[in-house]
Amino acid sequence: MTITKATTHVTQNEALVFERSQSGRRGYRLPALDVEETALDELLPAELRREDDLEGVPELSEPDVVRHFTRISTWNYNIDLGLYPLGSCTMKYNSRLNERVARIQGFAGLHPLAPEEDAQGALEVMYELQRHLAEITGLPGVSLQPAAGAHGEMTGIMMIRAYLDARDGAAEGGERPRRNVMLIPDSAHGTNPASAHLSGFTVKTIRSTSEGLTDLEHLRELCSSGDVAGLMLTNPNTCGIFERNILEICRVIHEAGGLVYMDGANMNALVGVARPGDMGVDVIHLNLHKTFSTPHGGGGPGSGPCCCTAELEPFLPVPTVVRAGTETGDDAYRLEYDRPQSIGRVKAFYGNFGMHLRALAYILTHGNDGLREATEAAVLNARFIAQGLADTYERPFDSPPMHECLFTDKRQTRKGVHTLDIAKRLIDYGFHPMTIYFPLIVSGAMLIEPTESVGRAELQQFIDAMKEIAREAVEEAETVLGAPHTTRIGRLDEAAAARKPVLRWRPAGRSAGA
Amino acid sequence: MRYIPNSPEERQEMLQGLGLGSAEELFDSIPADIILKAPLDTPAALSEVELLERFEALGAKNAAARRPSFLGAGAYTHYAPTIVDSLIQRSEFFTAYTPYQPEISQGTLQAIFEFQTLVCQLTGMDVANASMYDGSTAMAEAVLMAERVTRRTRVLVSAAVHPEYLRVTETYVAHAGIELGRLEVEEATGRTRLDPAALDEGVAAVVIQSPNFFGCVEELKGFADAVHAAGALLVVVVTEAASFGLLRSPGACGADIVVAEGQSFGVPVSFGGPYVGLFATRERYARQIPGRLVGIAYDREGRRGFVLTLATREQHIRREKATSNICTNEGLIALAATIYMTTMGRRGLQEVAAQCAQKAAHARRQIAALEGFSVPYSAPVFNEFVVRAPSAAEGLLRRLAEGAGVTGGLALSRYFTERPNDILVCVTETNRRADIDALVEGLKAS
Repeated sequence: MTITKATTHVTQNEALVFERSQSGRRGYRLPALDVEETALDELLPAELRREDDLEGVPELSEPDVVRHFTRISTWNYNIDLGLYPLGSCTMKYNSRLNERVARIQGFAGLHPLAPEEDAQGALEVMYELQRHLAEITGLPGVSLQPAAGAHGEMTGIMMIRAYLDARDGAAEGGERPRRNVMLIPDSAHGTNPASAHLSGFTVKTIRSTSEGLTDLEHLRELCSSGDVAGLMLTNPNTCGIFERNILEICRVIHEAGGLVYMDGANMNALVGVARPGDMGVDVIHLNLHKTFSTPHGGGGPGSGPCCCTAELEPFLPVPTVVRAGTETGDDAYRLEYDRPQSIGRVKAFYGNFGMHLRALAYILTHGNDGLREATEAAVLNARFIAQGLADTYERPFDSPPMHECLFTDKRQTRKGVHTLDIAKRLIDYGFHPMTIYFPLIVSGAMLIEPTESVGRAELQQFIDAMKEIAREAVEEAETVLGAPHTTRIGRLDEAAAARKPVLRWRPAGRSAGA
Repeated sequence: MRYIPNSPEERQEMLQGLGLGSAEELFDSIPADIILKAPLDTPAALSEVELLERFEALGAKNAAARRPSFLGAGAYTHYAPTIVDSLIQRSEFFTAYTPYQPEISQGTLQAIFEFQTLVCQLTGMDVANASMYDGSTAMAEAVLMAERVTRRTRVLVSAAVHPEYLRVTETYVAHAGIELGRLEVEEATGRTRLDPAALDEGVAAVVIQSPNFFGCVEELKGFADAVHAAGALLVVVVTEAASFGLLRSPGACGADIVVAEGQSFGVPVSFGGPYVGLFATRERYARQIPGRLVGIAYDREGRRGFVLTLATREQHIRREKATSNICTNEGLIALAATIYMTTMGRRGLQEVAAQCAQKAAHARRQIAALEGFSVPYSAPVFNEFVVRAPSAAEGLLRRLAEGAGVTGGLALSRYFTERPNDILVCVTETNRRADIDALVEGLKAS
C-alpha cells in the first residue's frame, strides 16, 4: 500500500474564526427597532454596561461562517460515513426522520413554562416514552430528567441512598448505622465510581474472574461486612459478556440488604430479549443516545432516563409526568410535584426533551418486533467480527460475546506495535478505531461494537483491514507505528499539550497561554 | 426494519456461518428463565408517513407554541439565523462521537476550542470548559468546585437565583457535606442584600445571579470586593446569555466562577432541553474545573491541532477522585451556540442585547402606566421585569391567552406562593411592537 499525505489545500488549513475575522463584516440583519429608543444611560448606568466593545469576538459574513464550519466538519469521521465501532458507545444509525420530528414547531417552539393545558402534546410524548421504557426494562417507575448517562447514574445512586435511609431509619450522623459501601466491579466504566462518590458512598471494588465475569465469591465476601448499600453492575459487562450469574448476584445483594443498580450502557444487547427488572435489578439508567439512536453530536446532548422498581418509585426526581382523567373523561397529562420522598431535581425543567422525541420516534418506527430484530442483528454482527478475528487477535475471555467483542494486542507487540498503533492504523483503512484500553482490567484492550447498522460486506472489510494490520505489525511495523498517514495532521503530542495547556485563542501580541 | 442493512436471508446465512441454527441461540448465555417469552408490549411499527402524522398531531396539541409569548425565566425565545440549524445537521457534526481520536475529530475539537474562547470573551474569564448539561447543573458543579478550591463548606445563595437552579444544587450537594445558606432580596430594589456578618471564614462561595430571577441587574462589583475580603469565591450565574452583549462581564466585575445557560444562542426553547451550560473560571483554578477541556497540540511536523486535555481530572482516569462525574457534555448544542455567536459576531451580539433592553423598557413603561398595575422593583433591568397585577396572576394570564392570544409571562406563584399577583415578563428582539401592544391592551382588558 502506497501512502500519500493529505495536501496543504486551503480547505485543509482553515484558520480559527478569530483569525478569519475582518473588521466591518456582518453575517446577520435584524429588523429595525420598532419602539421609541430610550437613552442608554437611562436604561442602565454606565458602570453596569460592557466597556470592552466585545473586542476579539469575530466579525464575519454569512458565507464566511458557512465555509468555515463546513470545512472543519470535513475533518471529522462520522457514522454516516462508515463503521464507527466504538465499544460501549453504540454508534448506530441516527435517523433523519427523528431529526425532522424534533424540529416540528409545536415542540421546538414550546416554552418549558407554558401552562400545562397548552403543552399537552409534549407531556403526552414524555408519558408515552416513560411507559415504553418501563416495558422495555421491566421497571415501572421512570424519570426522563437526567441529561446523560452519568447523570442518570448519579440520579439512580441518590435514589438508592434515599431509599435505604428511609427504610433503615438512618441518616448522616444519626444513631442507626448507615449503609455506605457501593460495590463496583473492576471492569466498570469510570463514571460509576465517580457517581457513587458524588452520592456519598465509599467504593469497594469487586474482582473479575478469569472468564471476565463478576467474582461471586469475592462479592459474597464483600457483602458479609453488613454495610453494603448496593452494587453497580453493567450487563452485558464491559467485556461484552452477559453476567450469567445475574440472578444469584442480585440475590446475594438483596439478602445483604442492598440494592442493585444497573448501568444500561449496553442495553442494545438486550432490548426485546431480556429485561433488567426480571433479573432482579432495582434501578437502571438508559442512554437514549446509545440504545435509542439519538445522535451523539460530537459529545452530547445525551439523555439518561432512570427506570426503577415500584419500591423506589417515590424517590424519583421531581417532577414526573402523570396521566389524570379530566371531568370530560379525556386524558390529561400533568407534571406531578407533590412527591415528598423524591431526591429532588437533577436538572432545570424536564430533561432533554428533544432527545425524548427522537427516542420515541425510534421506538415507534421499529415497532416491538423491530426492536428485537435490531438487538439480534447487533449481537449477530459482533459475533461475526469475533469469529472473523479469532485466529488473528488474542481474545482474553472465551465466553461468547453479546453486542461487542473484546481483543488484545498480545500477539502483535513483538515489533513494538501496541493497541494505540493498531487503532491509528485503522484510520488509514477508512474506519474509525474501536474503543481502546478499556476495560482497564485487560491489558491492551480493543473493544469492538459494530451495532446493527452495518452490512455484511463492510464487516468483512473491517475484518480484512484488521488482519492486514496484524500482518503489517510483524512485517512492516514502522508503517503501523507511524500511522495515521492519510489524515491532514499526524499524531498530536498530547503530553506536551497537558503540560502547558493552551485552552483559548488570544489576539497576537498577548500571551498565548490560558 | 429499514435501518438494518443485512436482510433476513443474509442474517440467516451469517448465523449458519457461526454454526448457529437460529437467532435465539445468540442469547444462550442468558439464563432461560429471564428470556422474554412474549414480544414487548410496545406498539407495532409505523411507516414514515404515519409517524409524521402522529407527531404533527401531538405537536398541534401544544397550543402555547403558536402564541406570541413573553415567557422567559430561564428559557428565551431569540432569533436564530438559518445557518445555525443547517450547519449542525451536517452528518460530520451530529453523527460523530466525543473526539477521542483527534486525527479524525479535528472539526469537533476546533469548534470546541472556538466555543471555549468565545465563552471566555463574553464572560470576561480566562478558561472555559467544553460545556455542561445546562445552566442549572453548571451552577451545582460551580458550588462543588468552590468547596474543592477553598476547602470550606458553607455556600451562600441569593434568593433571586432561578428557583429550579437552587433545587438542582440542593440535590447535588446533599451528600457533599456542603451547607447552603440564603441571601435575601431587598423588597424595594429587587436586588440581593449581602449581610457582611454572614461572610465568615466558613464561607466557600457566594452565588449571585445577574440579571437575577426577577430581572434585576445586580451590583456584582460590590459583591466581589466583600466576598474576596472574606477569602471566598464569587460565583455568578447568568440564565439569559443575550445579556452578555450589553452588561458588564462578570469577569470584569471580579467573578471567580461564571456559569450560564447558553440556550439563548441559537437554541430552540424545545420544552426545556437540550440546552447548554457555560462554565468559566480564572486561570489559577483551571485544574479544578469539571468536564472536558480542549487545548492546542502539535504533530511531529509542527502542524497545529486540538486535543482533549487535562484528562487526569476526569473520571475515566481518576474514577471516584474525579472533579466531576460528567462525561458527555452538550457538544452539538455548544456547536450551535458557537455558530450563533460567530454569525451574530461582535456587532450582532450587542445589537440583539440592545434591542432586548429597548423593547423591554418600552413594554415596562406601557404596563406600569396601566391602572392597577405596578413594577415593584427599582433596580435596572435587562429584558425581564416583575409586574404586580391588581388580581391573581394565574387567572389573568389565562384570560390573556384566551382573549388576546398572547402568553403574557410567568405567574410567579408557580415558585413563590407569597406572590399571587406577580408576573415575570420577558421581552426579546423577537417580540414585535404589535405583540407588545397586544400584551398591554390585553392586560388592560383582563
